Amino acid sequence: MKPILVRGGRLIDPSSGVDSPRDILLKDSRVAAVDAPGKLNSAIRQDGAEVIEAKGLVVAPGLVDIHVHLREPGQGHKETIATGTAAAAAGGFTTVCAMPNTTPVNDSPEITRWMQSPERNAQVRVFPIAAATRGSMGEALTEYGALKAAGAVAVTDDGKPILGDAIMRETLIAASRTGLPVIQHAEDTRMTGGCSMNAGALAFRLGLRGMPVEAESSLVERDIRLVAELKDARPHLHVAHLSTARALDAVRRARRNGLHVTCEVTPHHFVLNEEAVGEYHTHAKMNPPLRSETDRQAMIEGIIEGAVDALATDHAPHAAHEKEQEFERAPNGITGLETALGLAIVWLHEKHKLPLSRVLALLSTQPAAVLNLKGRGSLAVGSFADVVLFDPKKQWIFHAADSKSRSKNTPFDGWKLTGKVALTISEGRIVYRA
Amino acid sequence: MPKTKPKPRKTPSSSPQQTSFHHPGSLLSVNDLALEDIGHVLKLASVLETEDPLKRMKRLFKRRVSLLFYESSTRTRTSFELAAKQLGADTVLVSALSSSIEKGESLKDTGITLRALGAECIILRHPNSGAPYVLSRATGLPILNAGDGMHEHPSQALLDLRTILQHVRGAKAAGPVSETTLKGVTVTICGDIFHSRVARSNMLLLPRLGARVVLCGPSALLPETAADAGPGITIERNFDQALQQSQVVMMLRIQAERLAGLNLDLDEYKLRYQANAERIAAHASKALIMHPGPIIRGLEMTSEVADGPQSAIAEQVRNGVAIRMALLVRALTAKGKTSR
Repeated sequence: MKPILVRGGRLIDPSSGVDSPRDILLKDSRVAAVDAPGKLNSAIRQDGAEVIEAKGLVVAPGLVDIHVHLREPGQGHKETIATGTAAAAAGGFTTVCAMPNTTPVNDSPEITRWMQSPERNAQVRVFPIAAATRGSMGEALTEYGALKAAGAVAVTDDGKPILGDAIMRETLIAASRTGLPVIQHAEDTRMTGGCSMNAGALAFRLGLRGMPVEAESSLVERDIRLVAELKDARPHLHVAHLSTARALDAVRRARRNGLHVTCEVTPHHFVLNEEAVGEYHTHAKMNPPLRSETDRQAMIEGIIEGAVDALATDHAPHAAHEKEQEFERAPNGITGLETALGLAIVWLHEKHKLPLSRVLALLSTQPAAVLNLKGRGSLAVGSFADVVLFDPKKQWIFHAADSKSRSKNTPFDGWKLTGKVALTISEGRIVYRA
Repeated sequence: MPKTKPKPRKTPSSSPQQTSFHHPGSLLSVNDLALEDIGHVLKLASVLETEDPLKRMKRLFKRRVSLLFYESSTRTRTSFELAAKQLGADTVLVSALSSSIEKGESLKDTGITLRALGAECIILRHPNSGAPYVLSRATGLPILNAGDGMHEHPSQALLDLRTILQHVRGAKAAGPVSETTLKGVTVTICGDIFHSRVARSNMLLLPRLGARVVLCGPSALLPETAADAGPGITIERNFDQALQQSQVVMMLRIQAERLAGLNLDLDEYKLRYQANAERIAAHASKALIMHPGPIIRGLEMTSEVADGPQSAIAEQVRNGVAIRMALLVRALTAKGKTSR
């Protein structure tokens, strides 16, 4: 692979606190050197490096999404690892962590390895997250050691939350022994049967059964209680797609008490509220549901104050025919890989003045840290040559039809976003060029 | 075919973030109708009701109306069908159990198929809230919502309104309406509010004409948040007190199986919420008693009340045909395909 010299750009590397004009040399899939503008030009002759001019662009660590659904194996009509990672590359992501709710469920080292095989033709690095229990049935634990050895970076039963205290306790102990975080989709499904949006006046008005805030917060509180009880084992609980002020408060308290609890928030939960359901638009149907305006603002506040560790998209592709249904029958979820950066820049940086370096930390360095992804989310010398170049000021219209994802189920079709990805480099290979 | 057109928006607000285009003849929610439209529908209902049958037959002569029913129905289906036939239209009934819906055909495809077969208007009854919006987006045809899940039953609310106006205003029932037409009128809706699309359409419609709507029922069937569905809605858990304030009382059907699931005691329910002769005589001896049907006699209402002098139940059914004739004429003569 030819070395790459990216020069003339504004390098923002949250992992080392750098935000200044820097050139960067990528060699042998790694960051070989970072230096002042012009200082690395010798590499052109010495190493035959390809030069990429980054004038006017931000050069940042490739983005890291710790919550995506790539739908393979088994649901290739929605997405494949190849199409999902192509969408990731177009959105500036160089690392994606794939949830195990595939068909069959990824609860084995074989499937975990299959997902990472070169035959999948992934455009960026895929780290599988394995099922915490066999078939995600919430009964018997999977083999965490073997799964980790096969490449799994966390365990979760994602859409089928672990409700039983005993099995959750076992999960936390076994995962901590193996050195894996436990990711919980916090939803007490005993409170959400038949529900398709956030509970409240709007759900009543639309005649839809609503998921109460408590369905999320009570499970987060229960999980935190278990983590506290198992203090000596020091388990790591990561709360997926947190959406309510109450659950966020529980995470804040846990952290004050020194527990290892982290959380992620999706762009749609800080950009949209339940009103987006409008006339039963299924592109506003996801789980957790879009919440009240108060909860949406709480997500923004949590992100700004630092209570939120990571932004994650919960990229959940579904075929058009699956979404073009009665609201209650349509599946949950929206795509998100190609809109995350633009939404984060508009909503966090432009509207709420969060420095760009912090936005990028939430999209790369911090999520990489949450799942211990060594060498990711950083442009320090020796890190993987995962780089995104984007124009931080460029406004553009996102068209779902142009998406690289196999599915187009997004509520952001036609939205004006800021921050256009120009180039994405994954482990030294250019995987996307605008 | 009108298509959902993306509209970029930067801030969340109370308006839907995507604007859908529905046929101007559609009636998906009572909120689709401006007060002026409501007055127009009421007037048209009165005109059509007394019109010479042969002249009336020419109104929608040979126009094609499909009735797409995913749920059983006696009153609504029959009255829509009668209404269409009295206007000269051809009707086709498609019901879930005897069609390809049973084989898994989607609502979208069913709608497209009906349109291809020449349907000019589809009347939809469906167990899922919001289904008429799906059908409207898929076909672009005028869609009349004949009850969708727990959401709305707008033609029922309109026929209820006509019934109320006939008693409040008498001969002027067919005139235009304003936000003060029902000023001073309190309407109690009692029973299973949570699951009731009739309740939702009425609680959204009647306050717009100045009525006060009082909702009554146990908390399992009437969440507190119901009062926030719109202006002019309050909750009164004590049925006797609700009755004392009311000129109109709408009773809703109670499904015993739902009560069982909610751990509600049926005897207790009857004790607190049944409209029986003693209770009505004591607390609402002048009130108009309504029920959208089907009635479970002896549960939410006794026979003495259902068949008594205050009962408007048969009038409601009769008004159903007139209102639905007006809605069909509106659906099939509305011009163009513009945004609501």
